[in-house]
Amino acid sequence: MAKQVLSCTINDEPVEVLIQPYSTLLDALREDLGLTGPKEGCGTGDCGACTVHLDGQPVASCLVLAMQARNRNVRTIEGLAKGALHPLQDAFVRHGAPQCGFCIPGVLMAAAALLEANPRPTEEEIRYGIAGNLCRCTGYTKIVAAIAEAATLTSEGARA
Amino acid sequence: MRRFDLTLPRTVDDCVKILSDRGDDAKLVAGGTDLLPQLKNGLLKPRYVVDLSGVETLRAIRVANGSGLRLGAAVTARAIETEPHILSAYPALAESGALVGSLQIRNLATVGGNLCNAAPSADMAPPLLALDAEAVIVGPRGERRVPLTTFFLGVRKTVLAADELLVELVVPAPGPRSGGQYLRHTPRRELDIAVVGVASQLTLTDGVCRKAAIALASVAPTPVRAVAAERALTGQAVTPELIERAAELAVDAARPISDQRGSADFRRHLVKVLTRRTLTTALERARAARQEA
Repeated sequence: MAKQVLSCTINDEPVEVLIQPYSTLLDALREDLGLTGPKEGCGTGDCGACTVHLDGQPVASCLVLAMQARNRNVRTIEGLAKGALHPLQDAFVRHGAPQCGFCIPGVLMAAAALLEANPRPTEEEIRYGIAGNLCRCTGYTKIVAAIAEAATLTSEGARA
Repeated sequence: MRRFDLTLPRTVDDCVKILSDRGDDAKLVAGGTDLLPQLKNGLLKPRYVVDLSGVETLRAIRVANGSGLRLGAAVTARAIETEPHILSAYPALAESGALVGSLQIRNLATVGGNLCNAAPSADMAPPLLALDAEAVIVGPRGERRVPLTTFFLGVRKTVLAADELLVELVVPAPGPRSGGQYLRHTPRRELDIAVVGVASQLTLTDGVCRKAAIALASVAPTPVRAVAAERALTGQAVTPELIERAAELAVDAARPISDQRGSADFRRHLVKVLTRRTLTTALERARAARQEA
């Protein structure tokens, strides 16, 4: 089981790292690269806590082998803010959306992908957009409100 | 996770070579959404895993005018759900892609993986069965084509030998005045597994049903076609009464078990309800279909 070299781009930085062939992308991010924002909840793709963007699309990083990310673009919660907080992060803070916080990195990555594809989602579209993310505190109401507000603010900002 | 070596082929030929050498000890990974949980829980213990994500040809969606659709085995559920041609000409297939897991799963999960995993509940199997799709399989002895109706042998069992891989699905064009739908019953809307799934496909000529296909999931060890129900529709003007009769006949094709998702009786009831609903929608869609579709 020789280690393999993973070359990819993570949060806009080129990365080369030696990893075990059986590492998941989530393992490589957390254990080898110190990016502990993505969380392991279930490890089977049901909870969404490990959500990262692979070439811009949200995926469950616990179900991706790390080597499958070779030559691809990975974005984690650590790469969501550019300088100031991302409008979604800012809205989550103001609404008090995180309770225990464990699901929040995954929810934010799912929400960011949603707003990129659909800048002004309806409430139902927001709920559908985060349907792959479980919050065991069941704090969905404030999460949905925060996403809706971030969508309003960013699309108004884009118009201004 | 249990340890294994990972190989990274770039071509189908390379995959076949690896499988010829190590077939019994090797597993293919495409999206990984079925394989990784089975590796993590110890259900599968391969020494070698072969990653298909570097084999570009497996991700192609090819549309030939009038002659149907060719889907690479590693096309994702998300691609199937969003590809405009599939949405317009093969709506049942697009609907089944949209029902697989969550968005985070659909961006990974592949049509080939859904079929090769051979779960009785596989959502993309019924529409492909109803569309008369063929599986293109490559191995050391070359290529062979298998109708999807004979691809599944049992729960988690297919006709694939250890040194073969599914490379493509060939879906004939359903023809003008054709329509289809896939519906499933689940207790919750997202991230659930079909208690029963039904795909129906109807093709009309001068208002008469020229071809009917109905495929059922989660009611037998493999996805099955409801042949008697199809025969009752073929050659007839499709009325609500005939749809009701076909829905009753479809129940006979089901051999359901009772499990934590539902009793056998409930599943038989769902086959009838979902067959009636999908046939009704298929008929509406066939009537509305553009002639050149």
